[in-house]
Amino acid sequence: MSTDPLIAAGHEDWRLFVAKARANRSFQAGAVLTLAVLAMAALSLVWTPHDVAALSISDRLQPPSAAHWLGTDHFGRDIVSMIMAGSRNSIAVALIAVGIGVGIGVPLGCWAAARRGLVDEVLMRASDIVFAFPALVSAVMITAIFGPGAVNAIIAIGIFNIPVFARVARGAALALWPREFILAARASGKGAARITIEHILPNIANLLLVQGTIQFSLGILAEAGLSYVGLGAQPPATSWGRMLAEAQTMIAIAPQMALAPGIAIIVTVLGLNLLGDGLRDVLDPKLRRER
Amino acid sequence: MLAYTARRLLIVLVTLLCASAVVFFVLEIVPGDPARLMLGLNASDAAVQALREQMGLNEPVLIRYFAWLGGMARGDFGTSLTYSVPVIELIGERVMVSVPLALIALVMSTAIAIPLGIFTAARRGRPADTAAMAGAQLGIAIPNFWFALLLVWVFAITLQWLPAGGFPGWSDGLWPGLSALLLPAVALALPQAAILTRITRSALIETLAEDYVRTARAKGLPARVVLWRHALRNALIPVLTILGLQFAFLLAGTIIIENVFYLPGLGRLVFQAIGQRDLIVVEGVVVLLVATVVFVNFLVDLAYGWADPRLRRR
Amino acid sequence: MAAPILTIAGLELAIAGTPVLRGIDMQIAPGTVHALVGESGSGKSMTALTVLRLLPNGAHAAGTVRLGEEDLLAAGEARMCALRGDRVAMVFQEPMTALNPVKTIGEQVAEGIRWHTGAGRADAEARAARMLDRVGLPPAKFPLDRYPHELSGGQRQRVVIAIACALAPRLLIADEPTTALDVVLQAQILDLLGELVAEDQMALMLISHDLGVVAGRADQITILREGAVQEAGNALEVLRAQRHPYTRQLAEASAHRPAWHNRAAPAGQRALLEARNIVREYPGQRAGLFSPARPLRAVDDVSFVVPAGRSVGLVGRSGCGKSTLARIVLALDRPTSGTVAFDGMRTTGLGDRDLRAARRKMQVVFQDPYGSFDPRQTVERLIAEPLHLEPRPLARAERRDRVESALREVGMPAEAMRRYPHEFSGGQRQRLAIARAIITRPRLVVCDEPVSALDVSTRAQILDLFARLNDELGLAYLFITHDLSVARAITHEVMVMQAGRIVERGATADVLDSPHSDAAQRLVAAAPDLNRAIERRVRSGAPYLPLEGRSEKQAKRN
Repeated sequence: MSTDPLIAAGHEDWRLFVAKARANRSFQAGAVLTLAVLAMAALSLVWTPHDVAALSISDRLQPPSAAHWLGTDHFGRDIVSMIMAGSRNSIAVALIAVGIGVGIGVPLGCWAAARRGLVDEVLMRASDIVFAFPALVSAVMITAIFGPGAVNAIIAIGIFNIPVFARVARGAALALWPREFILAARASGKGAARITIEHILPNIANLLLVQGTIQFSLGILAEAGLSYVGLGAQPPATSWGRMLAEAQTMIAIAPQMALAPGIAIIVTVLGLNLLGDGLRDVLDPKLRRER
Repeated sequence: MLAYTARRLLIVLVTLLCASAVVFFVLEIVPGDPARLMLGLNASDAAVQALREQMGLNEPVLIRYFAWLGGMARGDFGTSLTYSVPVIELIGERVMVSVPLALIALVMSTAIAIPLGIFTAARRGRPADTAAMAGAQLGIAIPNFWFALLLVWVFAITLQWLPAGGFPGWSDGLWPGLSALLLPAVALALPQAAILTRITRSALIETLAEDYVRTARAKGLPARVVLWRHALRNALIPVLTILGLQFAFLLAGTIIIENVFYLPGLGRLVFQAIGQRDLIVVEGVVVLLVATVVFVNFLVDLAYGWADPRLRRR
Repeated sequence: MAAPILTIAGLELAIAGTPVLRGIDMQIAPGTVHALVGESGSGKSMTALTVLRLLPNGAHAAGTVRLGEEDLLAAGEARMCALRGDRVAMVFQEPMTALNPVKTIGEQVAEGIRWHTGAGRADAEARAARMLDRVGLPPAKFPLDRYPHELSGGQRQRVVIAIACALAPRLLIADEPTTALDVVLQAQILDLLGELVAEDQMALMLISHDLGVVAGRADQITILREGAVQEAGNALEVLRAQRHPYTRQLAEASAHRPAWHNRAAPAGQRALLEARNIVREYPGQRAGLFSPARPLRAVDDVSFVVPAGRSVGLVGRSGCGKSTLARIVLALDRPTSGTVAFDGMRTTGLGDRDLRAARRKMQVVFQDPYGSFDPRQTVERLIAEPLHLEPRPLARAERRDRVESALREVGMPAEAMRRYPHEFSGGQRQRLAIARAIITRPRLVVCDEPVSALDVSTRAQILDLFARLNDELGLAYLFITHDLSVARAITHEVMVMQAGRIVERGATADVLDSPHSDAAQRLVAAAPDLNRAIERRVRSGAPYLPLEGRSEKQAKRN
């Protein structure tokens, strides 16, 4: 039903978003870079120039050529193919870690804001405790117990994301609760859970989206760091961090091995950060103007 | 101010207690018997039992937790399973590398970021600002260990100005030690400086839009003077928060950077310990790192009280 | 007439290409009070900021602005810095944000003195202390090392005035200096400004949206609308003659009394809402680390009744506990003790589920037309929100019918429902808020300052709407306001609240015409009233007269 007022008005909102996005170069650059990396990861599922697992000692440490666009590593593996395959690991780890943070942190933050008092105090102190374990430190602990691996990297980064999202959600929700439109909803007999779903979440979604892109990019960096020190994805899985760790031993004779994975990380993180900045600018002014 | 400090201190103690409990009980659930691990697989059950008794492993878990806490309070972190020396000695040596590294990096990143943040905020929208912000955007995206590799390649391998790794210790004077820490510190500091620059700039720009800045301008103070006298101190409040968080990141970052430069710091220690399943060492290092983070955040809280008179009464 | 201190001629201003001011002319003579009056968006603040050259980025001004003989539009930034604070100074609207939170009030007052005169710290602080004493903050009670957050809104505005007047500038610009304050503080601050200006021979540009505020004080007046001067001249003449239709419209609106059939009729006497011995305490600030906190009593043993169909006003200064009481009535907050009964049913202590029946018959309209709607929902969903309270879920078509008829009742077109709240003006949003409040056919609407944030002409229209809804639907109101003209316009009875207690009550006309309690007398004396101010000035023939006698000055400051 095209005359539905909700859809019609939503359409109007979307047009405003598109108009603003068109004028925001940071958003465009970020979106293009992020989509390119995502596309590369998707493509690697069905096709890479060479088989990532194929070792060929005779082809090792080759400079860039028509056959190997970025050359080969010390086992003769094609670097382009490894970068492509490694993107899957980075994205999967960071994305799931963000999912853990959003899935657990946002409900906790909203709950704390709605209940205040003791619940709030306990949750915030608990988040202080988690913040005292930077992602890497918790990764160290988790690996010490369960051994290294991609799943443990996800858990380590994800745990750290929980208080981040809980605090963002709580802070934004606390600012909304005394607003008159929430009071009006309460006077209409709506309970805290219903108000959170109908009014609070839609109004903090923008902030969460921006924070999500930031945590996503931090997750990519953290995953790279963990696999670099051997706490992340284990062989035979490919990861950008491990590629760098292997390149380090070859840095004197084959510095090009270190360039490609580093640039892949930078492009991904840069794209996400630009996207986050752009989203903040595109989504935020509307809220500001209304105050 | 006293009440504020006391309240903060109480929170620090509770946080530390909880965090140490998390560390202790998480490592408690690890499969494997430390006594058997120490004695090797061929040891007899009786010998293992005897060692367990000696190590106090047969006590109830809460008793052991408080014994462990009490030990740490006296500086006794236990004995390493693989080296058979007190953990505190192992940590003591390594701290002399990791802490100077983190501090140098913190000073470097602050010294770059705050002036640059002020400079770009004062010139927002001009070419210098745009260029600096593009640089900062890039800086945030660079993984520090990759940057470290690049530095090694350029300054140690190609130019041969500085050592590529290793640490001569502090016994030969300040310079040999310092020169070994210079590249790692730069690698740690630059990405953090990029973040801090952006925070400083945006906090200042936000503050410059406040009403009291307009009041100060209406007094006849030029924009430049208003920025220094009125906006800066208010803008420092969010910057302080980030500085506190950054110290935690820097400390954790040293763990990775030490690997690039083969520095004998806490990071190397903890990885060796993980490899050898020397959990007592891991436990000690993690508790120490956590305590440092909590303590630095306590200092940041005190600095808040100094920067913002509204907080002093709470 | 002496050479003007400020001359504005043919001033045009555009911000980012949009014209804001169109050919403003104005002259202010030394030592006079010149009122600049207009509704929001009329360009009065922009005129002031142009004089100080503190316009936002992207603003372009053309024409003539002269301070004495000096061309301000041609002056360089360095010269403007020398003039600002020394020769021309400004007091801003919002005292809560106009002071730097991390600097003491002494520093902030002394700063301008030191900057312009080069005085030493001790010297400047001594002058700052004298200035703070003059604005009613004697150093014995308000030491220089106080921080802004330790002062109330009225006290902060005094500090802002001290900053502006510290060097006795020749021109003082006060941009809505009292709009954020309650009426009693408003009168005090305006009197203070009048005294300072008279003592130091300053000229004052007094900017306001309310003719009643400036009527008693201005020598000259300029009335602005949409960036253009409507009428200008001697204030008394302009306000008495009301020759220009816009002046007349503003004057009518500022003392508007809606045509209200039920005004006299004492409708049903049965109690609809009954509050008994309501007390609400908040945990107070602790004096020390271990000493227990003494609770703050926001509402202190309040009892009252709202009969069906009647409009009961609750008036008082800001912070007297009115809004807390409103929340308790609406069961959005729980009283520490006491009970509220609605339509014979005790509502205190009930859970959300049990309150549904009462809430359906009892709705609310808030002050802020911008904050009272979720920006992300359509007007249809927002207005339909209280239908959640209906005992059975409504079909979509029926919901829409109800929304449509509610919109019609408040004078809004049905197509408003598919739009978003930010597409409407403040007055329109307040109509939408009323539509939301009446959609469940309630018997009582609690109105918490529903017209305080509106321009005078919009306020008049909304008051008309409230009167009509009472006539047509028999709605009872609990009408909370700090503005006595609003209470006079739309209430049958009025209760005066002070420091959490109700200190006086009775028929509206009786209380407002012959108040007995101290609190009510102060409110009545302070309330700006255009006609009364004109009468008084005509009788006295004085160019300037403070509303309250000077002998009361000391009492007012405390």
